[in-house]
Amino acid sequence: MPNSLPKQSVKFSWLFKMAWRDSRKNRARLLLFISAIVLGIAALVAVYSFKDNLQRDIDAQAKELTGADLVLDSRKGVSKAMQKMLDTLGDERSQEKTFASMIYFQKGGGSRLVQMKALEGNYPYYGTIETIPLAAAKYFQSGRNALVDQTLMLQFNAKVGDSVKIGDLIFNIMGTLTKAPGQTGIGASIAPTVYIPLQTLDKTNLIKTGSRINNKFYFKYNDPSKIDEWVKKQNSRLEKEGFDADTVESRKEQTGRSFKDVNRFLALSGFIALLLGCIGVGSAIHVYIQEKLSAIATLRCLGLKSRHAFLIYLIQVFFIGLIAAVLGAALGTGIQFLLPLVLKDFLPIEITMQVSWLAVGQGILLGLIISVLFALPSLLSVRRISPLNAIRISFEKAGGKRDPLTWLVYLLMAVFITAFTHLQMKTWIQTLAFTASIAIAFTLLIILSKLLMFLVRKLLPNSSPYLWRQGFANLYRPNNQTLMLTVSIGLSTAFICTLFFVQGILMSRVTLSSGSNQPNMVMFDIQNTQKEGLDSLTKAFKLPLMNQVPVVTMRIEEINGKKASADTSNMRAYRNEIRATYQDTLTVAEKITSGKWIGKIKPNETVYVSLDQRYAQQIHVELNDKILFNVQGMMIPTVVGSLREVNWSRMQTNFRVVFPAGGIRRSAAVSCIDDQGAIGRSFSPFPG
Amino acid sequence: MESILNIRNVSKIYQSAGRELTVLDNINFSIAAGSTVAITGPSGSGKTTLLGLCAGLDSASSGTVELNGIALEKLNEDERAAIRNQYVGFIFQNFQLLPTLTALENVMVPLELRGAKNISAHALELLDKVGLADRSHHYPVQLSGGEQQRVSLARAFSNQPAILFADEPTGNLDAETSEKVIKLLFDLNKDAGTTLIIVTHDLELAARTARSIKIKGGVIISDENPTYAQ
Repeated sequence: MPNSLPKQSVKFSWLFKMAWRDSRKNRARLLLFISAIVLGIAALVAVYSFKDNLQRDIDAQAKELTGADLVLDSRKGVSKAMQKMLDTLGDERSQEKTFASMIYFQKGGGSRLVQMKALEGNYPYYGTIETIPLAAAKYFQSGRNALVDQTLMLQFNAKVGDSVKIGDLIFNIMGTLTKAPGQTGIGASIAPTVYIPLQTLDKTNLIKTGSRINNKFYFKYNDPSKIDEWVKKQNSRLEKEGFDADTVESRKEQTGRSFKDVNRFLALSGFIALLLGCIGVGSAIHVYIQEKLSAIATLRCLGLKSRHAFLIYLIQVFFIGLIAAVLGAALGTGIQFLLPLVLKDFLPIEITMQVSWLAVGQGILLGLIISVLFALPSLLSVRRISPLNAIRISFEKAGGKRDPLTWLVYLLMAVFITAFTHLQMKTWIQTLAFTASIAIAFTLLIILSKLLMFLVRKLLPNSSPYLWRQGFANLYRPNNQTLMLTVSIGLSTAFICTLFFVQGILMSRVTLSSGSNQPNMVMFDIQNTQKEGLDSLTKAFKLPLMNQVPVVTMRIEEINGKKASADTSNMRAYRNEIRATYQDTLTVAEKITSGKWIGKIKPNETVYVSLDQRYAQQIHVELNDKILFNVQGMMIPTVVGSLREVNWSRMQTNFRVVFPAGGIRRSAAVSCIDDQGAIGRSFSPFPG
Repeated sequence: MESILNIRNVSKIYQSAGRELTVLDNINFSIAAGSTVAITGPSGSGKTTLLGLCAGLDSASSGTVELNGIALEKLNEDERAAIRNQYVGFIFQNFQLLPTLTALENVMVPLELRGAKNISAHALELLDKVGLADRSHHYPVQLSGGEQQRVSLARAFSNQPAILFADEPTGNLDAETSEKVIKLLFDLNKDAGTTLIIVTHDLELAARTARSIKIKGGVIISDENPTYAQ
């Protein structure tokens, strides 16, 4: 009689064969189960591919955005020393003066405020100024010619060869401007551009003392590799002279930053889709394994070892996950081609969509990891399915205690979610807050589900109709899916709501002047003596006044007791004239990020001003710093009470410095300022 | 005659709602190799639990189960699986064929697990013996209840088990089909010389075996022809 244990040798190839056999009749259903993965990976690959393509195109086209290797610009005049330095820079140079001016179309008689660019030299060195006809961009500097933006040409029904009056001079429209370096479609419609030769600018008589001119100097280098290093070295000198430097590299960063919100929203969409995929896989495989319980128990009766049973289903999940990930990646690659169609008006560059193999690879890898990782808790339970289930369904959980490997898998799932969240959020505080929120939501949903089962069991009256009794009883009977469904549906709903909330927030931030509560005309520099006349004029045109904002011009005299002469490293703070306002409440475009907003003060109280946070950074000012403002000769001591985040993209007047109501009026200079100060007014042409 | 199964002082106690529920209480018997035995008893008497313990599907709360000279209580679940694959065959009341495998593949599984050779030919031969050679590529869902149980018989004998456990083998069949299946079972068993243990409450079926153990309330209340077992 044998009394030694028999040896059993199951080949790995048989496990594959068995996985294939077992999946028969279930494959379509399995794919449907993990359609969540297909959609999640599709969203992720689409977003990643778009980001990759965008970044690649930004890198490739950044030169065309700047049009030169180095751009120096200043709103101040150029000192002799600076001019000497400018003359030595680059291998080729161009100069441009940019300013706002009115243009008058002689034929149609219309006029419009435009962004005037007076150009000299062969700029752009990269990319082109695109015009119709093509040659116009090349030859317009040879005489008194202008290139006029196509939106203006359409608006005023102008044609090439017509004349426009700019200042005292009449220019021939030599070409229609269709594209200039760094110009977006939406930018052109807000501030259309007109190019004229720089040599003609003086004769237009538009440039007077006090004119707000932006001087730009463009340089091309045969060897541009050391430009950024040069800019870094010369930074303090450039700042002292009032110059800003823009290089190809810095433009890459700026352009990337301007898509931050869009990119982050797209990333969040992908991430949420992925999390939904995780939930989908977890619940789908749970149901699948529940249905396989009898077959697994039979195989165990016939002598299949627990780890082999586990491997059969792991192989199935691996390959189904791989197929789903590949399908998702293919679908996502297709979807990415649609994104530029939606976003093209906001992009300053042309997106050339290509298959991003990196994104595809990431998507497939992530799909596989998610499929396997989130299926593992159910797959591990296969090891503990008793062969007894073949002769009688056991309601007792095998083994009693939780499998330590299952705890390890739960830990890995938490690590995965945390790590992936960190990839999206970039900061650990946000990552931990998000992950903890998911954990809390998960726990609450479990509690809710248990409570639901308890209450139904306790409160369901025996006298209720049969259908109701049976229906509700299924919520707590053995092998019920109440917990799984509550958690899956609850978390999915929470994620989708999060996405919609964020979408809502972003949409409200980018709402432009299309709303009836938004102005579509803003007038500046209205003097007090002009107010009444303007009021009657606008009323005659049925333009309701929406908002009237005081604008007060001032300079910073001292920061924390230091004058400009003693604070040479912070020249930017003292250099520019500031247009500030006073108001008692914040506008919708403003949000306090630190400190406390004080909207009203009484006479002799400390004047707490609020600064735009980026401006505060630029002039090296923090909360509670003391700033002495020179308001046209009158010194006003203030304390920085708060910093604000300002949404500069809104079509309304925004200010770097905001005084509380009463902060300027109380001074003796107020009457003087109000007399000489300006007012910004916003109008809407539509009543209401 | 040498015994293939020795049950000594076996008890099985479940914890239910905080209370102990004794399903089997101090069971003792031995079964001789090559014999046919029926375990009978009313519903809830513990006969299926006893089958589970004898076949190594479950472990006893106390006592020893020795199958083919190997003490099962000392083995873990995977070791017991190897024992089942090598020495044990099963016939279930609800057939328990794997629904995604053809009839032929169902018969092949125990042999594949054992790593045997010429599996397909042997499995086909068995299907031929149960009269289903022409249905070898049909899935269980395409077979009638009687046909499914015949495939189950072929599978049970495929690994030439030392002992075969049948749990209510005719429980889901009509009388006519039951008769055919039982005849086939005994014929195959006779040819193979396998020890056959049938768990049933069907006294007619039990009467066909050489020995009958009757249990009630978790204890053996009668053991007809026990000496045959020794």
